Amino acid sequence: MHRSLLLLSLLSLLLGGCATTTLRGTGDLGLIIERADGSVLIVESTHQQTLARIEGLGDLSHASVVYSRDERYAYVFGRDGALTKVDMLGHKIVGRVMQSGNSIGGAISQDGRLVAVANYEPGGVKVFDADTLELLADIPAAYGDGKFSKVVGLEDTTDNRFAFSLYDAGEIWVMDLRDARNPVIEKFRNIGRQPYDALVSMDGRHYIAGLFGEDGLALLDLWRPERGVQRILDNYGRGEQPLPVYKMPHLEGWALSEEHAYLPAIGRHEVLIVDRHNWKEAGRVAVHGQPVFAMARPDGRQLWVNFAHPHNDTVQVIDTVTHQVIATLKPGKAVLHMEFTPRGEHIWLSARDDNRVDIYDTRTLQHLGSLPVRNPSGIFFTARAHRIGL
Amino acid sequence: MLQRSLLSLLAVVLLLGAAPSQATAEIEPARQRELLHLLRHDCGSCHGMTLKGGLGPTLLPQALAGKPAATLEATVLYGRAGTPMPPWHGLLTEEEVAWLVALLMKGVPDAP
Repeated sequence: MHRSLLLLSLLSLLLGGCATTTLRGTGDLGLIIERADGSVLIVESTHQQTLARIEGLGDLSHASVVYSRDERYAYVFGRDGALTKVDMLGHKIVGRVMQSGNSIGGAISQDGRLVAVANYEPGGVKVFDADTLELLADIPAAYGDGKFSKVVGLEDTTDNRFAFSLYDAGEIWVMDLRDARNPVIEKFRNIGRQPYDALVSMDGRHYIAGLFGEDGLALLDLWRPERGVQRILDNYGRGEQPLPVYKMPHLEGWALSEEHAYLPAIGRHEVLIVDRHNWKEAGRVAVHGQPVFAMARPDGRQLWVNFAHPHNDTVQVIDTVTHQVIATLKPGKAVLHMEFTPRGEHIWLSARDDNRVDIYDTRTLQHLGSLPVRNPSGIFFTARAHRIGL
Repeated sequence: MLQRSLLSLLAVVLLLGAAPSQATAEIEPARQRELLHLLRHDCGSCHGMTLKGGLGPTLLPQALAGKPAATLEATVLYGRAGTPMPPWHGLLTEEEVAWLVALLMKGVPDAP
C-alpha cells in the first residue's frame, strides 16, 4: 500500500514535467507538411487524428522527412536549405540549421547517427550528427571545370553509405561514411543525361536513377560496384517525342515488389514494369496521365499512382498480378502525395488545393475520412525509420 | 488564411492599377487568382514556391532584369529544349503568359 502510494506520487512528479501525461509509443505517428505555411502536423494513424501543429519551419515546398531509429525525432528537409529536428512526443522543434541556400531532401544512415542533405545551391551534400546537428562532412558536387552540380536522389544504403546523383554532371557518387568526418567517395561518370531522382531497393542493393535527358534509367548494383553503372529500359520511349512534363516524377517509395519494379515513364502516360531478375522491360500499364509517384502497397499487391498537372485530381490503383487498373479515384484537387499505413491497410492522400488529407481503405477502396490540413503535400509515417531508402 | 489571400489580391490589384496594359485588362480577377496559384504551386514545383529556384532557375525580378519580356513569354509558351521547362501553350493563353511574365518582372506579391 505504502509502496504503491509512493510510486504513484513519484510517477506524478515525473510526469508533471512532460508535455503529455500518458505514456505512448511513436509507431503510429507521422508528419504532414503544410507546404505554404511552413508548418507540419503531427498525426496519429490509429485513431486518424491530428495531435499538434508545429510552425516556423520555413519554406516547405518540396519538403521531405526521415526519422530517427527510435521514431522519436523527425528530420525535416526544407526547400530553403533548413534542416529541422522535430520531437514527435514533445511536439516541438529541438534543433534547426540553415545548411544551404536551396535543398531537395535527405536521408539517414543505417546506424541512425548521420543525417545527409542533398543541396541544389551550393551543389553538394552535407552530413550532420543526428543528435546535435553538428556539421561533420561537406562534399561539394564538383565536376568539369570548377562547376558544381545540383544533387538529386540522395539515398541511404547499407554500411553507412549513401548514393546520390549529380543532375548537371550526369554522375552517380557513392559515399562511404563509416568514418563520418572522412568520407570516401566513389564516382561513376557518364551515367546518362540529367538524372532527376533515384531510388534504392529495400535490401539496399540496387540504386536506380531516372534520366530526364534521355530514354532509360541508370542502375548501379551496390553489391557489384566493379561492374559499373548499367543502362536499363534503354529507349523505352522508342524515339517518340515525349510529352511535356509539368511535374517531375518521384522514384523514392515502395515502387518495388518481389518480382517487379514499377517506374513512372517520363513524358508518357505509362507506368513501366521491369523484371527484377534481369532488369528488362516486362510490360507497361497505360494510365490516366503522367505518373508522379508509383508506390507499391507494403505487401506489393497494389500499386497506387498519382499524376502531374493537369491530371492531378486523379489517383489510379493497379493490381500487380494482373497489371490492370482496378480503380480510378478522384480524391480531390492536386493530389501531391500518398502514404500507406505501416502494413498497408489504409492509404493517406494529400489534396493540396482542397486543404484536406483523405484516408482510404486499400482493400475496399472506400473513403474512410478526412483531416483538415492547409495545402498538404508530403505525408510521412514513422515506420519509415526502419526501412532502407526511405 | 482568408485575410492573407485578400491582402494578396489587394496587392495584385494595386500593382496592376499602377501599370495597366492591354493584356491584364482582359484577365478576370478570378482567373488572375488561379494564375497566381499556378505560379506558386505548379511553376513552383521546379522554380520554388518563393520563386528562388530549384531544379529550374530563380524567377525573382533581379534575375529577370534586362531580359526582353518577349523572350520570357516565348520560353513559357514554347518551353526550353534540352531542359525540363515544358511548353505551356494549350494550358495558358498568350495574354495569360504576358500577364504572368509582367508580374514576375515586377515581383510577385508575397503570398502562397
